Amino acid sequence: MRRFAYIIILVSLLFLCAESFGIERFPPPDFVETNHKLPEATTPAPREAFYEYLDIFVLLSGLILASYLVLKKRSRKLIFCLMIFSLIYFGFWRKGCVCSIGSIQNVVLSIFDSSYAIPIGALVFFILPLIFTLFFGRVFCAALCPLGAIQDIVLLRSISVPAWLESCLRILAYTYLAAVVLFAGTSSAFIICRYDPFISFFRLSGSLNIVILGICFLIVGIFIGRPYCRFFCPYGIILRQLSRISKWKVTITPDECIKCKLCEDSCPFGAIKEPTAQWIDSDYKKGKKRLVFLIILLPILIGLGASGGNLMSPAASKVHETVRLAERIYAEDTEMVKDTTDASTAFRATGQETKELYEQADLIKDKFAAGGWLFGGFIGFVIGLKLISHSIRRVRDDYQAERAGCLACGRCFEYCPRDKERLKKLTECK
Amino acid sequence: MAKKKEKINRRQFLHKTLRGTILAGTGVTAGFMCTKNAKANMVWQSDPEKCIACGNCATYCALETSAVKCVHAFAMCGYCKLCTGFFPPETIALDTGAENQLCPTGAIKRTFVEDPYFEYTIDESLCNGCGKCVKGCNAFGNGSLFLQVRHDRCVNCNECLIAVACPSGAFRRVPAESPYLLKGMDKT
Repeated sequence: MRRFAYIIILVSLLFLCAESFGIERFPPPDFVETNHKLPEATTPAPREAFYEYLDIFVLLSGLILASYLVLKKRSRKLIFCLMIFSLIYFGFWRKGCVCSIGSIQNVVLSIFDSSYAIPIGALVFFILPLIFTLFFGRVFCAALCPLGAIQDIVLLRSISVPAWLESCLRILAYTYLAAVVLFAGTSSAFIICRYDPFISFFRLSGSLNIVILGICFLIVGIFIGRPYCRFFCPYGIILRQLSRISKWKVTITPDECIKCKLCEDSCPFGAIKEPTAQWIDSDYKKGKKRLVFLIILLPILIGLGASGGNLMSPAASKVHETVRLAERIYAEDTEMVKDTTDASTAFRATGQETKELYEQADLIKDKFAAGGWLFGGFIGFVIGLKLISHSIRRVRDDYQAERAGCLACGRCFEYCPRDKERLKKLTECK
Repeated sequence: MAKKKEKINRRQFLHKTLRGTILAGTGVTAGFMCTKNAKANMVWQSDPEKCIACGNCATYCALETSAVKCVHAFAMCGYCKLCTGFFPPETIALDTGAENQLCPTGAIKRTFVEDPYFEYTIDESLCNGCGKCVKGCNAFGNGSLFLQVRHDRCVNCNECLIAVACPSGAFRRVPAESPYLLKGMDKT
């Protein structure tokens, strides 16, 4: 008897299952009278791959042209024209999406997430500017980055930022880069895309917060040259380092420096460094002591940063939606909150076990804990290295555009009397 | 050869080696990624099985009018006279009067086929992807109305803004060759 009852229950359960697997409540009609043919849903295709190759082609030829204009032609006007073209093409026409800055995230995600395939366009946009920077300096920043271009055209009255402040503010960019890697590597978020301040200008739409952020950047940008590039851009940080070892570099003068000081204030980005003074003996000894102290300080700073990063990792892990959802579900289950959210209702509708969700969230939290150590350690390392590099004396005989900070915009060219000489010679030749 | 080497000072040598290493490194990484990337490009799509028609698609898209539209799987549709995707629950009369339509933009066209069947087609130029009809159809109908990213409109942002806002995780990247996740395709 008991077995019979079991069978009945099992069979009725089967029917219930069939019900829940979406059997039509209203069977589709056959249309015997009118012989009506069922239309089919249309499926318009995505943008053709051709346009992606066009983007790559434009970037490559733009980089070649920019390198020529910066290093050989030395013409600010033409660099400016190329910059405007990039602003229109990569900014307004392509709506600011695929950009080299954002492509960092695709690369990082593709390293850490085996299921993610990086689009060829993103990969090329990441690598091409790096290679060009290795050879020609930051020509990408000068003329091809739409974000740089939109800031460059509003720069009307530049105020120079003291070197110490600039150096301190740049820590923000290193932090941003580390955060980008942390969040993209844990597949939580693409924060460059999310907080791109100029994207709403390119798309002519966007959330209010981002529009306000963009307007603030542009207003600041009237007085302080390219604030995003100098103090926030994570890609700029990578290009800075590569630019240090570039094969050719931007020079203020076409041939020799006559130390006329005319170019001194021409750089709105504070990249022109004056010749260094002689060492004083007492300074030298003091400097030596300080250097030793700072080198000992470096591992301490790394350690401090790493533990700090580890402390903030639980908070950072909330950026990941699974962790957020798990916490929400936990709060609802323990009746800390009474209402439900769309996300929690959707999760409960799937019938997934909460335990499974908690396990997933724990895995992500572990990733964040490890990432937090590295994140903090990196920041500590950057600060330590910065302190050391500031206490090393460099020898400069003439006015030079600092390799790392120079954005290759070409503003200083026309200040140099030697360049005027060169141009005169050129016209005479004609 | 020996003479040439003398001309290079220590700094230049360091720069040269570093440059070479970095170039080789990027080359290797790029090659590694290219081999891994055997699949074609990815585009964003909404999975109708996970979608809860919350309405975020209409508001969060980077485009002013969302790239997400309602799509109709006709083969699944019951051609109901009283369509819960077309009429609001408190409908006054079963006609196409504006006061009787659930769709805020009037994007669903209701045409008579044969008694008692009506066909419902989506006018995509009017649809804003709010998903009100999808919710209605899922609740009481066959669930033949669902939301899809329309790729003639989608600009394929690096991080889809709707995917960030989606509460049910229905948005994901799919290969560009099969960019749609259609409902009821096996039935046609």
